[in-house]
Amino acid sequence: MAGRDERPGTTGSRGSRLLGCVALTCLAVLGVLAFVLTGPDVRIHPTTGEEFGQFDAVRMLYLHVPMAVLMYTSFMLCAVASVGVLVKRTPWWDVMAHSAAEVGTVLCGLVLVTGSIWGRPVWNTWWEWGDVRLMTTLVLFLLFAGYLALRRTTTDPRRQERQAAVVALVAVLDIPLVNRSVAWWENRTLHQRSTLEELKIEDLTLFTLMFGFLAFGLVVWWLTLQRFRVGWLERAAIDHAVGSAMAERRSETSADELDAAIGVTDEQAGEASP
Amino acid sequence: MTEVRRFLADARLVAVRDLRIEFRSRVVVGQVVPFALLVLVLFGFALDADHRTLRTFASGLFWVAVLLSALLAVHRSAALEQSDGTLDALRMSGLPPAALFMGKAIAVFVQLVLLEVVLMGGLFVLYGVEVVDPALLVAAGLLAGVAVAATGTLYGALASGPGVRETLLPILLLPVLAPVLIAATRAFDDALGAAAVDGWAWTGLLAVAALIATVVGTLAHGVLIED
Amino acid sequence: MTHLGYLIAGWGISLVVLGGYGLRLARRGRSLSPLVPEDRRRWLASPGTDSD
Repeated sequence: MAGRDERPGTTGSRGSRLLGCVALTCLAVLGVLAFVLTGPDVRIHPTTGEEFGQFDAVRMLYLHVPMAVLMYTSFMLCAVASVGVLVKRTPWWDVMAHSAAEVGTVLCGLVLVTGSIWGRPVWNTWWEWGDVRLMTTLVLFLLFAGYLALRRTTTDPRRQERQAAVVALVAVLDIPLVNRSVAWWENRTLHQRSTLEELKIEDLTLFTLMFGFLAFGLVVWWLTLQRFRVGWLERAAIDHAVGSAMAERRSETSADELDAAIGVTDEQAGEASP
Repeated sequence: MTEVRRFLADARLVAVRDLRIEFRSRVVVGQVVPFALLVLVLFGFALDADHRTLRTFASGLFWVAVLLSALLAVHRSAALEQSDGTLDALRMSGLPPAALFMGKAIAVFVQLVLLEVVLMGGLFVLYGVEVVDPALLVAAGLLAGVAVAATGTLYGALASGPGVRETLLPILLLPVLAPVLIAATRAFDDALGAAAVDGWAWTGLLAVAALIATVVGTLAHGVLIED
Repeated sequence: MTHLGYLIAGWGISLVVLGGYGLRLARRGRSLSPLVPEDRRRWLASPGTDSD
């Protein structure tokens, strides 16, 4: 994706520009599918004959579900990359771990927000303590927000890499525990009266949902790629700055001046030296 | 077998050292425990409640107080290694990081148990709780203590390096301990007769959490303190 | 369309956040690139990365 077709001075390349355009196009197509071509969720009650269902709120499905799946994918990628950091110790794994975590956290925040917005008209509540998926997603968000905070605070990149990798892996290991504990916790779980089960997801709805995975998948791929490139640049900039500072320091003094400063030769033994 | 004995001896050395420092400086006893009791008191003020309401929420308030106080205890434990190049000296002495972890975690565990005992007293006096199942109470209290001490010691190594990192410890540690909080609260609810739940099942979850925390901590601590 | 407000809010926030994030990344890339010598800007182009 990179190489001779790079645009100098940016993180773009012919490949990533193509990816970006395709992603945006797919998003536009998804918009048409989600809002124009598919219909609202309207069902007839068997006994009262009334209409019920999510109506147009179901269109959130094509947004929320793909983002949730991609969020999990990003965090899994971060976990794998963190193992890579601990085992292989090359910068590539570290930058990848950080990028995947950041994109995943953005998605996680959006999943929580869109889930809440979707839940309000459908379940008549913005939030529900005790819903397994909500709780797990919330804790996941907090865990990786902590990871990102850690990455922002250190001075020593070498140490930070491995520490961050451990934090990411502990976070991922913690998720089954969180899941179990919340699942046992309360009986009321909104997600179980799940929209995905009560909706008949077939035909055009299914296609749109699948297309949603594709469209958002491309978007996330583009974002992760860009974030990786930015992360790589950041790392290179730090290394370069340190390298040139050291080179400058070295070029400011000559070997003789250094010796004089330390007081190496006999003649300078009596002189004051720092 | 001698390797295991050596490991345990090293861990014991570190634990005894940490506890001896605590005994002399009395930071946990003199500052952290009063803080925990203060949290219980604050809850009493804020909730403006009668004994019956407080009894209903006692387990949750108890464990929130323990977790907040554990942050202080863990931070203190990690800070012990920061002064006078202690950590470097320990590393160079050939002490395996796993033994260092185990020793420090044991010391934090002892302090947490002490804290829990005092807080239970606070619950009796301030909230008027009654113990229905003492065995469950003790089991859950100890296992949750292990989980908190192990996880806290592991993360303590992160939050005490050079640079301003103390504020990092709460946001890293508390989300990881969310399942421990949920499980311990439910177990105590059963033990104090506040809710009809299966406390022993929750204690089982605590045991799993404690085991995972200990294993992961032992393996990962070395990575976090090495240069 | 029913629940239009919710739909606009949900889709709108998501697209704005994702778009804004993407823009921020592009801008950051633009400002960082000049600070780094050309042969170190991309992973594929950088020399000896595996031995770092």
